[in-house]
Amino acid sequence: MIHIPDFANANAIQITFCILAFITVITAFLTIFSRNPIHSAIYLVICFFSIAGHYLLLNAQFLAIVHIIVYSGAIMILFLFTIMLMNLNEKHEVHKPRITRLGAIVSFCLICIVLIAIFINSKPIVGEYDSTGEDFQSIKVLGKILLNEYMVPFEFASILLLVAMIGTVLLSKKEKLKK
Amino acid sequence: MDSTFIIEKSVVILVVFAVTMIMAMYSTWAERKVAAYLQDRVGPNRAGWGGLLQPLADGMKLFSKEEFIPNTPNKFLFVVGPAIAMSTALMTSAVIPWGDKLHLFGRDILLQATDINIGLLYFFGVVSVGVYGIMIGGWASNSKFSLMGAVRAASQMVSYEIAMGLSMIALLMMTGSLSLREISMQQAEMNWNVFYQPLSFLIFLICAFAETNRTPFDLAECETELVGGYHTEYSSMKMGFYLFAEYANMFISATIISVLFFGGYNYPGMQWMVENAGVNPANVLGMVVLFAKICFFIFFYMWVRWTIPRFRYDQLMHLGWKILIPLSIINIMITGVVMLRGEIAAYLGF
Repeated sequence: MIHIPDFANANAIQITFCILAFITVITAFLTIFSRNPIHSAIYLVICFFSIAGHYLLLNAQFLAIVHIIVYSGAIMILFLFTIMLMNLNEKHEVHKPRITRLGAIVSFCLICIVLIAIFINSKPIVGEYDSTGEDFQSIKVLGKILLNEYMVPFEFASILLLVAMIGTVLLSKKEKLKK
Repeated sequence: MDSTFIIEKSVVILVVFAVTMIMAMYSTWAERKVAAYLQDRVGPNRAGWGGLLQPLADGMKLFSKEEFIPNTPNKFLFVVGPAIAMSTALMTSAVIPWGDKLHLFGRDILLQATDINIGLLYFFGVVSVGVYGIMIGGWASNSKFSLMGAVRAASQMVSYEIAMGLSMIALLMMTGSLSLREISMQQAEMNWNVFYQPLSFLIFLICAFAETNRTPFDLAECETELVGGYHTEYSSMKMGFYLFAEYANMFISATIISVLFFGGYNYPGMQWMVENAGVNPANVLGMVVLFAKICFFIFFYMWVRWTIPRFRYDQLMHLGWKILIPLSIINIMITGVVMLRGEIAAYLGF
């Protein structure tokens, strides 16, 4: 069943969640709908900030701050940078052919069906949390878990990032050689 | 959460806010005085004794000037730019421990707005968000010079953030904590981190200069090439906000350097003072010591500004990416080897 929140008896955290969720969804839509690419990027930044707010609501301070540093502080700045340097304006927008638009609509509907199916069938866990006495927010615990239990996936992730970086460098070098 | 707690925290936050503003205000005065001294001039001496009312006069002037908004399609973003710059400059002071605690009205008052256990990361997060103020303002000005200045400032800040973060990791390996309060406490009685991590301090200091867009890294506002950089099109208090944000950032980075590397509020004999003179005098002295350290670093910023000429842009990028980042990685490795020397020796069979 879909969980319907009880707005009349909502507590502070639920109200904060509702406001944050509203901002997240609205800015995410505005990212897609705004014509100016710079505005899109700025809306996406606001969206990332509200997602960091969701992490804070879940008491995950470390995740929230790292999310802000990595996504808002680094990736989105490089995005803005590229858009500004390429001077993309509304005029430069390419008119997409009809078949592409049709494809986009069909795939959007398919994703909607899948998501709705997931949400209807999912069971929200509203139970008591097990208290193990360990502070899972602290970076000490996080570091130990990452480098003991999840050592191999962690290292694989870093290798993946490294490979992607080398690939980018190679691609940009190749273009120079051709000239 | 009881009401006294809220009142206590509000008072601490208000005081921190006021102190940051006053320090930023009088940094502009100090900058002129230092510049005048280094160039054998008198400096401001008309408004008040020794020109002490000069910052107020400047503020009045900026407020009463005509506000000019250029012909730009993004008037809203044009206004938002300086607002972001100013608010991020004032946000960092929330996690800085200004002293240990005061004992007033029968309760211990922590001299810190909030002690989150990721204080240092919070600082990095706010610094990285601060770039938006410059970028959005520079882009919304709809001018070539502003855009070039903004792009320069942003790429410089993003590049130096990496070296800054890496230089911090070596320090964090030793302290084992991201809470600025705990880092200060570990440095009690002259156990200053600068003695253990001199290279890390040097890299952090250079990156702090680049992050605050100060000379020798102030290419973002290089007059000979870019008129005024990202704030070319700004006038009246909007420009005032950009300049004020720069001084507030300078104050904050001087504070972070003092807290991380120079013992924060600690001074030799603090424990003795707490036992013999009481908690309050010892901690007031601690705050005075912290502000003395901060003032020294603010002076250091000015000293460098009026001594060293500007870098060229390619030199700046070369220094950031090819010298500081490898150096800080080497520093991390050396720190790791020194910390694990016992285990390594045992493993090799010594």
